[in-house]
Amino acid sequence: MSILVDANTRVICQGFTGDSGTFHSKRCIEYGTRMLGGVTPGKGGTLHLDLPVFDTVEEAVRKTQAEASMIFVPPPFAADAIIEAAAAGIKIIVTITEGIPVLDMIKVKRYLNGRECRLIGPNCPGIITPGECKIGIMPGDIHKPGSVGVISRSGTLTYEAVKQLTELDIGQSTCIGLGGDPVNGTSFVDALELFNEDSKTGAVVMIGEIGGSAEEEAAEYIKKEFNKPVAAFICGMTAPKGKRMGHAGAIISGGKGTAEEKVEALEAAGVAVAKSPAEIGSTLASVCR
Amino acid sequence: MNIHEYQAKAILRQFNVKVPRGKEAYSVEKAVWVADDLGGPPWIVKAQIHAGGRGKGGGVKVANSIDEVRQHARSILGMQLVTHQTGPEGKEVKKIFVEEGIDIARELYLGMTIDRQSSLIVMMASPEGGVEIEKVAAEKPEAIHKEFIDPTIGFLPFQARNLGFKLGLNKKQLREASIFMSGLYRVFVEKDCSLAEINPLVVTKSDEIIALDAKLNFDDNSIFRHKEIDELRDFDEVDPKEVQAARYDLSYIKLDGNIACMVNGAGLAMATMDIIKLHGAEPANFLDVGGGASVEQVKAAFRILVSDENVQAILVNIFGGIMRCDVVAKGIVEATQEVQPKVPLIVRLEGTNAEMGKDILNSSGLNIIPASGMEDAASKVVKEASK
Repeated sequence: MSILVDANTRVICQGFTGDSGTFHSKRCIEYGTRMLGGVTPGKGGTLHLDLPVFDTVEEAVRKTQAEASMIFVPPPFAADAIIEAAAAGIKIIVTITEGIPVLDMIKVKRYLNGRECRLIGPNCPGIITPGECKIGIMPGDIHKPGSVGVISRSGTLTYEAVKQLTELDIGQSTCIGLGGDPVNGTSFVDALELFNEDSKTGAVVMIGEIGGSAEEEAAEYIKKEFNKPVAAFICGMTAPKGKRMGHAGAIISGGKGTAEEKVEALEAAGVAVAKSPAEIGSTLASVCR
Repeated sequence: MNIHEYQAKAILRQFNVKVPRGKEAYSVEKAVWVADDLGGPPWIVKAQIHAGGRGKGGGVKVANSIDEVRQHARSILGMQLVTHQTGPEGKEVKKIFVEEGIDIARELYLGMTIDRQSSLIVMMASPEGGVEIEKVAAEKPEAIHKEFIDPTIGFLPFQARNLGFKLGLNKKQLREASIFMSGLYRVFVEKDCSLAEINPLVVTKSDEIIALDAKLNFDDNSIFRHKEIDELRDFDEVDPKEVQAARYDLSYIKLDGNIACMVNGAGLAMATMDIIKLHGAEPANFLDVGGGASVEQVKAAFRILVSDENVQAILVNIFGGIMRCDVVAKGIVEATQEVQPKVPLIVRLEGTNAEMGKDILNSSGLNIIPASGMEDAASKVVKEASK
């Protein structure tokens, strides 16, 4: 067990033949992900990485029975690609693309509303169930199969946390990157709900950052319904107000969204919050004892 | 992205959102000419900088004669305007905006932004205009009225009425306000705004609804489809290092500390700043070199870091995922040889090809202090900086 993806998940890539699509599809295949092909409009009928290329997602789904898609389509066309995937019946849409206009994402979310599909990202590293399925750009080798769920708004900081866990011999059930944008598909609460139901997940690590109130909403949910231990780290203690810290979503605006508020809310919900990014692994270890 | 008030008002005017008549000026003579052309008195002379609170800082003045226009223009142009948003050093005023005076009956607030929780656009109105809305939100949240807008449906007439009645507008004002709000909504969606704020929104003595001040921010991710907005960028308003960084696709923000850092990924970059602070020191900057930095980008990043005179040590913290550590190491070696930083350099490499990267650094003969793990890196850089 794990959440959302496992060894059986059938995956395609949108933006398959581009530089990023090629590079990362290759690494996903090497990791053992069941990659079945990809989509690049105009290149249908050809082979790429020994896999079929299709003109449309609809055709790809029809011919491969794909359930998941990994999207590397450039920002101006990414919203179209996400909606195309949903329209074709893809269930798990993992959007790696960074820089999608926020109004485009709002429209995407309205489209997805009420449909049976889950968007992960955009602007995220993707999702991995160690040893089974990697859909995204994270380095596979730092992960280790196990029972800790990892949820994060960041990319490389997630790798840092995963590496600390693996070094402590703590494996992961599934690691999911939510992405650094203000409007995204999957929230902390969504991921926590899935981990709550997953019998293999025994504890969760949450990595948040400044901006918005997703961590506070997660704290609220953990207090009410979550029945597994949680460790967390919130980055951006030293971030100045009103400045966008790289991620479009990482900005303290109107005095809201500070790291202090988030830490306070999580601690009040019984979450063990690491003071230092070097202590994420050890903090999780301490709550699992 | 941010623009000036006079630029924002020019955009509003194109969408039939009422604003006072006015024109920008770069000199005292031009200001006088603008005032004369507008007709008056009274006139308002306003400093144009990218910061709120200009009035309190002495950057907004009423003139009742052409002589006063001249006086105010002279005193505001070139002043270091200090507001709660500029920092204590303030900002030099290089442009002013001269507007006709308005007969104010009431001052209201109207704002639009993205509501992250609902993933919708929100329009907010409050009878408490002219003050900081954050203050109203904190002290009197019931005085802020909200309408959530689905852009696939658009801003509907009933939403304008909802807000208008809550603001206590009469029939004529309500009609004016509906036109105003619809126009503002169109600006927001057609120009890809991240924030549109009219504070104060004024009801005049003749029942007009007019934007006394206007602030528009744009979604950086959407600038690619708005050349006309990109052209409004005022480079005087941005730290030159930030401009240089943007040219190389680096995300850089200058801070006040003495430890420079170069990190891949925004989250890890913030966490690196945090751990420096936990070790009792202050970061000199935020610098995210992105997912797949090239040798050229690493070099550019180094040049930016060493150009900050406060910097006493540099910490490079790379967790290679997409980015290969051997490429970063090559970049660091080349950059060090070229830029020759006079401060200690601590490097922590982790992830893809980390060992190859470390070998490249070791065999370079350069004075680079290796670190393993964030804790080690932070304690080493703080120690070196305090030497």
